[in-house]
Amino acid sequence: MPGNSFAGLEGGSYNRRVQLATQPKPAGLAGNTEFLRKVYQAMLRARILENKMSSLYKAGKIVGGVYLGRGQEAVSAALGASLVKGKDFFAPLIRDQAGRTAFGEPLLDCTRTYLGSVLGPTRGRDGNVHRGRPKEGMPTMISHLGVQLSVVAGMLFAKRLQGTLGDRVGATCLGDGATSTGSFHEGLNFAAVERLPFVLVVTNNQYAYSTPNTSQFACADLVEKARGYGVGGLSVDGTDFLATVSVVGEAVRRARAGEGPQLVVAHVLRLSGHGEHDDASYVPQEMRSSHCGRDCMDVARTQLLELGAVTVDEIAGWEEQYAEEVQQAVAQAQQEPQPDPDTEDWMAVSTHFPAR
Amino acid sequence: MSVTYIDAIREAQLKLLQDDPRVFIYGQDISTFGGAFKATKGLADLFPGRVADSPISEDAMVGMAVGAAIEGMRPIIEMQFADFSSVAFNQIVNQAGTHYYRTGVPMPITIRMPSGGTAGSGPFHSQSMEGVYAQYPGLVVLTPATVSDAYHMLIDGVALDDPVIYCEHKYLYRWLKAESMAGERLPIGKARIARPGRHATVVAYSAMVHESVRAAEDLRNEGWEVEVVDLRSVKPLDTETVLESVARTGRLLAVGESFPWGGATAEVVSRVVQDGFHLLDAPPMRVNARDTPVPYHPKLWSAHRPGQDLIRETLRQLLVY
Repeated sequence: MPGNSFAGLEGGSYNRRVQLATQPKPAGLAGNTEFLRKVYQAMLRARILENKMSSLYKAGKIVGGVYLGRGQEAVSAALGASLVKGKDFFAPLIRDQAGRTAFGEPLLDCTRTYLGSVLGPTRGRDGNVHRGRPKEGMPTMISHLGVQLSVVAGMLFAKRLQGTLGDRVGATCLGDGATSTGSFHEGLNFAAVERLPFVLVVTNNQYAYSTPNTSQFACADLVEKARGYGVGGLSVDGTDFLATVSVVGEAVRRARAGEGPQLVVAHVLRLSGHGEHDDASYVPQEMRSSHCGRDCMDVARTQLLELGAVTVDEIAGWEEQYAEEVQQAVAQAQQEPQPDPDTEDWMAVSTHFPAR
Repeated sequence: MSVTYIDAIREAQLKLLQDDPRVFIYGQDISTFGGAFKATKGLADLFPGRVADSPISEDAMVGMAVGAAIEGMRPIIEMQFADFSSVAFNQIVNQAGTHYYRTGVPMPITIRMPSGGTAGSGPFHSQSMEGVYAQYPGLVVLTPATVSDAYHMLIDGVALDDPVIYCEHKYLYRWLKAESMAGERLPIGKARIARPGRHATVVAYSAMVHESVRAAEDLRNEGWEVEVVDLRSVKPLDTETVLESVARTGRLLAVGESFPWGGATAEVVSRVVQDGFHLLDAPPMRVNARDTPVPYHPKLWSAHRPGQDLIRETLRQLLVY
């Protein structure tokens, strides 16, 4: 299977040879053209949306920072598209615009939050990627990494107690840096002990802010942790669209089929700074030009065209359509009111106590 | 037949499990073992699957409760000791405590925290965390002092749509007995006059209510009538009842078992000074534990923890100021 080792990285000081766990062949995916198109469309929507957010940030129009998922669209969208909104749970993290879009988050949730509209899901009380729809299966992330594992596992635990778990799956994403937290350990171990239908996608984008893998973990591939936790493990080249869709889909299938929690590790390079304030000058040029520096958008486009799953004209049409949708979502959010401290209720609890 | 404080906690959980299918209990050693203090004794047999053992993962325990609450449950999390909740601090204050404000989705979880000192328990099995949690927005912090309150406030706390830190005092577990659990049922956020008086007000909560009442009894022989206010909850804090008492007495002593820097007693004094300065005939005073970790040896521990003697001697100074 092509593209599952980072040939361009070998010999480098930051080299981490990818040791693959059992991995399904992407055979069969080619026949599922509709699904591949759905994943790619979400990736494209997200890329166009995030490019716009980046421009708005540089123009000083954003309240707070902007954090992009550039280079991670394939793995994120593959997960979001493999889940069923209204049934499954999905806790996206910082670089999951593509997964959010694939799962069904409206573009307006993004533009309203970034632009500070009071009509957004957090009403100006929180910003950027800290948005969700907890009552629609999409909990809202906090900045502290690893904590969403146990939250998603708890959602599944609740459904099991209620007798309505069915073939539901819960999934969350995090990066290489988050695997160093205690919450990661506690959450994954809990999901494993309870054998919940849980999928954890770790996107190893080589850097946690500026810290390289070499200072983050000492195993050859983070997927090795799967064995220690007693969960399924799959490793994939996250720049390879077809392989990524296949592997992430397989992990979701296994969890849904009752095979217990699944850990997927996708290997990519973050094609942006940590946030748009960060030029990522600490990423060496040779890594940028290596295999893992490939842009999954380009790979996806080439693979889909080769398969005959899309045409160049179709892609051009989508690009035009999504740019228009993004423009409308930005324009609408910009026209909407910002939060007003005078009408804010300043209540952190829902109960109205006579005393405070 | 007498009922202990820990009986009341168990009975409250029994009733909650019986009455509300959304309630379940999750914690370390709580299912067939019945918990380190037996607060869930026998409940796992009565409610299979709804009283479940957790790994030693306080962070994941609270994260799990947050997720379960999003999906419509009302989890009760038992920390084996309040001290260990520091491992779950992030999930409590940043995840649970911010959830309603950030998302508009309520977060009905209750975290039971076996709190406070007992002889020989040492630095890591004796802490009182109420001040730490009360400092954060989005949390309700309950500190029951009586058998009746232990029962009713757990039931009422689980019924709230907000995260509740339920501080149950280990010293009271078996020492404190009542004829029944059916005492006066006040709403959460309402303080209670534990002992009426007219010469000074002691504001206390949890086990310190009993130490304060005993100190007040000591002074009765000398002609002093000291009023003791039991806060019942430190957040919300019933400032009105405290001010009404200070208006009667003109003197304030705030007593808490936690460390002295900040916390519930400092909050009480601060509010009274701000809103009731004109009511005071003497500078308000505070009694807390000492500013060291809680010591292990009973001789050190009893000098670290505020008790009847220290409260009485402090009151003597306050009364004659």
